[in-house]
Amino acid sequence: MRESKTQEYPVIWLQGAGCSGCAVSLLNAVSPSVRNVLVDEVIPGKHVNLRFHPTVMAGAGDPVIEVLEEAEQNLKGGYLLVVEGSVPTAEDGVYCVIGENDEEPISMLSHVESLGREAMAVIALGTCAAFGGVPAGKPNPTQCQSVQEVFSSRSITTPLINIPGCPPHPDWFVGTVASILLVGLPSPDELDVHLRPKLFFGDLIHENCPRRAYFDEGKFAKKLSDPYCLYELGCKGPVTHADCPTRLWNNGVNWCVGNGSPCIGCCEPGFPDVVSPFYEKITDEAIPNIGA
Amino acid sequence: MGKIVIDPITRIEGHLKIEAVVDDGQVKEAYSSGTLFRGLEIILRGRDPRDAQRITQRICGVCPAIHATAATLNLDSAFGIADKIPDNGRIIRNLILGSNFIQSHVLHFYHLAALDYVDVTKVAHYEGNDPALNAVKDFIERGALGPFVPRYEGDYRLPDEIDQLATAHYLEALAARRKAHEMLAIFGGKMPHDMGIVPGGVTQPPTIDKIAAFLWRLNELRDFIDRVYIPDVLAVAENYPDYFEIGTGCGNLLAYGAFDLDGHEPDLLKRDRLLKSGTVSTDLKLGEVNAAKIAEEVKHSWYADVSTGRHPSQGMTEPQPDKEGAYSWLKSPRYGGQVYEVGPLARMVVAYAQGSPTVKEMVGSTLARFKASPAALFSVLGRHAARALECKVVADAMADWLLELKPGEPVYTEYTIPQESTGMGLVGGPRGALGHWVEVRDHKIANYQCVVPTTWNASPRDDKGQPGPIEQALTGTRVKDEDNPFEIVRIVRSFDPCLACAVHLVTPKGRSLGKFRVL
Repeated sequence: MRESKTQEYPVIWLQGAGCSGCAVSLLNAVSPSVRNVLVDEVIPGKHVNLRFHPTVMAGAGDPVIEVLEEAEQNLKGGYLLVVEGSVPTAEDGVYCVIGENDEEPISMLSHVESLGREAMAVIALGTCAAFGGVPAGKPNPTQCQSVQEVFSSRSITTPLINIPGCPPHPDWFVGTVASILLVGLPSPDELDVHLRPKLFFGDLIHENCPRRAYFDEGKFAKKLSDPYCLYELGCKGPVTHADCPTRLWNNGVNWCVGNGSPCIGCCEPGFPDVVSPFYEKITDEAIPNIGA
Repeated sequence: MGKIVIDPITRIEGHLKIEAVVDDGQVKEAYSSGTLFRGLEIILRGRDPRDAQRITQRICGVCPAIHATAATLNLDSAFGIADKIPDNGRIIRNLILGSNFIQSHVLHFYHLAALDYVDVTKVAHYEGNDPALNAVKDFIERGALGPFVPRYEGDYRLPDEIDQLATAHYLEALAARRKAHEMLAIFGGKMPHDMGIVPGGVTQPPTIDKIAAFLWRLNELRDFIDRVYIPDVLAVAENYPDYFEIGTGCGNLLAYGAFDLDGHEPDLLKRDRLLKSGTVSTDLKLGEVNAAKIAEEVKHSWYADVSTGRHPSQGMTEPQPDKEGAYSWLKSPRYGGQVYEVGPLARMVVAYAQGSPTVKEMVGSTLARFKASPAALFSVLGRHAARALECKVVADAMADWLLELKPGEPVYTEYTIPQESTGMGLVGGPRGALGHWVEVRDHKIANYQCVVPTTWNASPRDDKGQPGPIEQALTGTRVKDEDNPFEIVRIVRSFDPCLACAVHLVTPKGRSLGKFRVL
């Protein structure tokens, strides 16, 4: 090993009640690519050292569980914890178990508590981790909670950033991490009331939608595959905060409304319950006073 | 007698634990357990049926497009429009699903499976000019090797130059699979969790610019499959030839078929599809799939025995967490009471036995190269090879479909949600046979059931005590080094398990952590 001036930023990535879609979305990062994030100095002199990631890492079984124990004991305040998926809390967390300690299963809940308490900061990545998401949908069979709910009920005060989305856009995650490496944790006024970075979640979809002119002129799509505004087909753009219309998805190829598909409000607290039925028009009262 | 416990099994989708009882270096018994439960089927109850397409995609972020497909076929049939989807809609659905097949198969081989065979640290000795490999060399020299270390150590057999080439391809494959998602998003809006496939058709009409943008990404991916993916699978096979004999499994294969070539036959199992439906066993004798023969057994699952042996349309989930002799949250789907494996291997062997000219030639020449008989297909390497060859079959067909699109013609048909109805959607996904069933009452979902590929493959012992396909594939395996059980993880990963799919169904109650033990 040569003398290295590179500063290593250890990252631990846990997966709870989720679908791995957030991890797969991160693989779609373009500039920097996921290869740059894993291998290169993503900021000159600084390298993201991804020590634990269930979908990516080479190891399995006890050796990787030891990575978690080592971080908790020897890296106090020195690692970034990324949580993907929500945290089942019913029956002391039995519904999601990751690894064993002396033949005793360790719950996701327990990992989030212990690793969360000792982390430098936590990114709740994706709507499940940020707000509960689909697994917390009514009737929430496993009593899934967001990281924020778990922390507040256990008086854990580690700095927390929510990056929702089902899945989140890779830029939202990479941009947030790069910002932490460059200038440190975001200040409170850089986050909105739901702890989302305003940089990505400051505006409503509706405010920047390319079909907005149709809304203003009252030209509405009557069935899917029609052009025009999708409001009457249930579009949740008027109540959803995200920069999808300007950032676009998958290397700028497209996005939901651009594809003629009504926004389903996947970045909002309460998704999926408060923004469904997905194809039912939201009531006019629910539309905020845009642009005022 | 010893026991190997691997928890978590990584580089799969979801949460899996494997326990293997080892005696004198050989696996005597194996048990697989899923360790995450979400209860999505319960969450679906009472919702607008159309929302099932959105919600069921969230079962799995690796292959959401197949849940979108199964859900829409299911809802099309429940809404009475299974035979009315416009050709443009049918073709675009195929293009979206095909893009995800390519994405999923490439991701599986390179990013989920390859690190069992490829030693990335060999790049430390690299002396060439490839900037990507030199970046990896710098990374290794810096010394912080996560996520590539820790890992099992010992059985890495590739020569240095192939390890280095395969590492370069691991990185190239990251870009290839990303491109497959970009291609998908042209008609799917975004990915993961595409927005385009909906009951009635798709949301996005085809235009010439979209067709061209799709075609040229597809051509790059076809080149990657031919030039990189298939040769790499063969290179691994050449250096690990014993894996043609390891992980045989149950010897029965089941395929529902995928990629509708005809949109007007309402019976999905009679519909002409690119990948055909069928059953086949080691004797290569073919059978027709009869959906009535699918049933789920629960003797070794934590459910009341009263629910055993039911067809999924009558599916029932009555948890009984303290049930004696149970050890899994997965039920045991069985076909005619027998154990069946699903996945690309099933589809390729069905096509081979049916005499499909393309598949017969590809599989035949692969077997000839290794001087192997068709029996060698039932193996770890057989599964990887079948996946790679299927990737080519699908990608090549997509190029033809793209040119069948007719800009200006409809992609969607309107419908009304009936007050009461039932539906069934059967289709083959990247990981194998997927079935969705719905019962609609008062225009809402009364019951929604999914029987997913990994539930077939990772199922526990059934009512007759027959172990599931992965359990059978592990049993009898020689483990050279119990501290580094490469054989076990290579067998498990050859099935490309997706545990988030497999264990989403259940509604467990009150199990204590201390009882979460198999032995």
